[in-house]
Amino acid sequence: MKETIGFPRALLFYYYYPAWKTFFESLGQTCQVSGKTTKAMIDSGIKVTVDEACLPVKAFHGHVQSLSGECDRVFVPRLVSVEKKAYICPKLMGLPDMVRHNCTGIRQILDPCIDMSRNRKAFAKEVYTTGRLFTRNPLKISAARQKAEYTYEMFTRLLQAGLAPIEAMTKMNLHDAPDSWNSGTSHNAPAFEKAVGARPLVIGLLGHPYIIYDSFLGMNVLDRLKLMRANVVTMDMLPPTMIEREAAKSRKRVFWTMGRKLLGAGYYFLRPGTVDGCLQMSAFACGPDSFISELLQQESARSQRKVPFMTIIVDEHTGEAGVHTRLEAFLDIAERSRPG
Amino acid sequence: MKLTFARLGNMHIAGKALFEALGIDVVLPPPPTKRTMSLGSLYSPEFACLPLKVNIGNYLEALEKGADTIVMVGGIGPCRLGLYGEIQRQILEGLRCDFKMIVVEPPQGRLDRVVRQLREIIGPQPITRYIRALHLGWSKLASIDTLEKLALELRPFENSKGEVSFAFEAALKCIEEAGTPKEVTSAAENGQTAMKSVCKKTDSDKPRIGIVGEVFMVLEPFVNCEIEKRLGEMGVVVLRSIYLSDWIVEHVVKDVFRILRKSKLPYELAKPYLCHFVGGHGVETIASTVDYAKQGLDGVIQVAPFTCMPEIIAQDILPTVSKELGIPVMTLVLDEHSSGTGVLTRLEAFVDLVRMSRRARR
Ligand code: SF4
Ligand code: SF4
Repeated sequence: MKETIGFPRALLFYYYYPAWKTFFESLGQTCQVSGKTTKAMIDSGIKVTVDEACLPVKAFHGHVQSLSGECDRVFVPRLVSVEKKAYICPKLMGLPDMVRHNCTGIRQILDPCIDMSRNRKAFAKEVYTTGRLFTRNPLKISAARQKAEYTYEMFTRLLQAGLAPIEAMTKMNLHDAPDSWNSGTSHNAPAFEKAVGARPLVIGLLGHPYIIYDSFLGMNVLDRLKLMRANVVTMDMLPPTMIEREAAKSRKRVFWTMGRKLLGAGYYFLRPGTVDGCLQMSAFACGPDSFISELLQQESARSQRKVPFMTIIVDEHTGEAGVHTRLEAFLDIAERSRPG
Repeated sequence: MKLTFARLGNMHIAGKALFEALGIDVVLPPPPTKRTMSLGSLYSPEFACLPLKVNIGNYLEALEKGADTIVMVGGIGPCRLGLYGEIQRQILEGLRCDFKMIVVEPPQGRLDRVVRQLREIIGPQPITRYIRALHLGWSKLASIDTLEKLALELRPFENSKGEVSFAFEAALKCIEEAGTPKEVTSAAENGQTAMKSVCKKTDSDKPRIGIVGEVFMVLEPFVNCEIEKRLGEMGVVVLRSIYLSDWIVEHVVKDVFRILRKSKLPYELAKPYLCHFVGGHGVETIASTVDYAKQGLDGVIQVAPFTCMPEIIAQDILPTVSKELGIPVMTLVLDEHSSGTGVLTRLEAFVDLVRMSRRARR
């Protein structure tokens, strides 16, 4: 029995799609990804969620609705935890329940519960149960899982090498239509830079993947910065060991995987000499980010030589023009405060 | 050392008794006012949840009064409370305050950890003294809860507006001053008699409304615009889903002594609507609503701080619960800008609605 599984292009799609796609395709299923985020999608998401929900969660609902009718199942994982003693965001823990109540007209929700907070056994079992929906052969499932893990490994390496997720997926032939957007952040400075002789600005970019890599929610921040001739380093490009080392500076361990990554990368970027400016993008009323920003701001206030630091908050009313102006102003400051 | 801690409803009475019985000076933050709120929100991150902001206000006002040590609880996630201590310490240090912060981490089944952390605050003490202090603190806490529960039942029947609250406040004073568990018990008994004496017959039929939501918002009248009192004075019997003593048994005592199983009941009740822990009080909010609907209450009000993640999930799901179980539900999302009059208007409208749907059902 062949089914089509729909993947909303939102939230942690940007990290885990390659692995799940490999998994399901090895089991003979088809995967379908929702289109790029559009205004209409956001609006349809806003209509079904409470006002207080954050923009990425609203966008997720929009993506789910755009898939309904087209797929046999929509993939809405319950992402509790992807490492020991750490979580991602409480909202992702209740996501399938929210989607179930808000989106009518979906045939079926596929909601494996990903929880590695205690150990990986529960996770292995969950993967197995998910596989069992499509095959009775346990060997097939474990082979699919191995393949998926390998894909994930390769994918993360590409991210660390500086590719944006969609770029990396295209490169690995996991994403059919090569997207022109988010054309990446490769370190190569444009050729004419050499003629002018100036080193391009390097900006450290902090933000959840579903904001900075989503052209709509993130206002194309990657492309914009590139057009303004700045090179971008995201937290995904930093080696995990370094992130952990930096994040360990906090007296209390941050128990959100993504939050710790943001904090570690942020601490690194705020050290003089690493980047010329540290830019954070976060969603209006995002719970975890409100704390991470505060920790970074305190760090910035304590440091002697300050790296320019700015936070851009996006919500459904954010306009491109405003963001553009703020980015320009920020790059100006970064330019002026760059040493020598 | 002059110890202080954040306020939460009437908890400070028990907390003060506990620490003072251990020979520690306590400087309580003054009762929260507009100033507390504006100080707190001025120095806290904009999107932090309200409890954190009010805590900061409390600390600043207590430090002004001469406190030099703050105790705060820690946590292991998934919600923000676990990081409160660290954020608050950094905020206050950023303001160049002079203080020491002690964050008490959850014991997670290790009694030795609790003892070690308490030692850090208190210094070595004979075990009997601990037991006596705990006994006194606990008896105050339990009596306060009993009185609060009684006030909720009696308010709609008081002879004239405000009398129950007046008697309740007087009883609290007596409990606060009591020096032994015995005195506490008699103060509580006197208080109960006094409160009952200002009421008419209590068996006539009044609408009943349950209050659910985030712990701090439910327990702290200052931030929920005294919702219980106002509803009571509108002639509504209020049922509250959270009492501090129950909460401590469930989350502290059972965390120290892991052999005592935590109650599974909320998860059972919430399961058809929300089938996974989401941090904070999200599951309990859904579960209590289901429970209240089954008990035949006439309405439920959810109180949540703005940006509270678990409560947003619950808020998103509550309309389904409300529809399926046929119970009116209203959500109050509150922050530092919420006005008492705005809340009052919404409460009045909701009580009208509840009265109407009650009549329709009969
Ligand atoms: S981390 Fe922030 S943006 Fe992401 S789901 Fe949670 S609240 Fe929303
Ligand atoms: S439960 Fe709500 S109020 Fe409490 S820490 Fe979490 S987000 Fe803040």
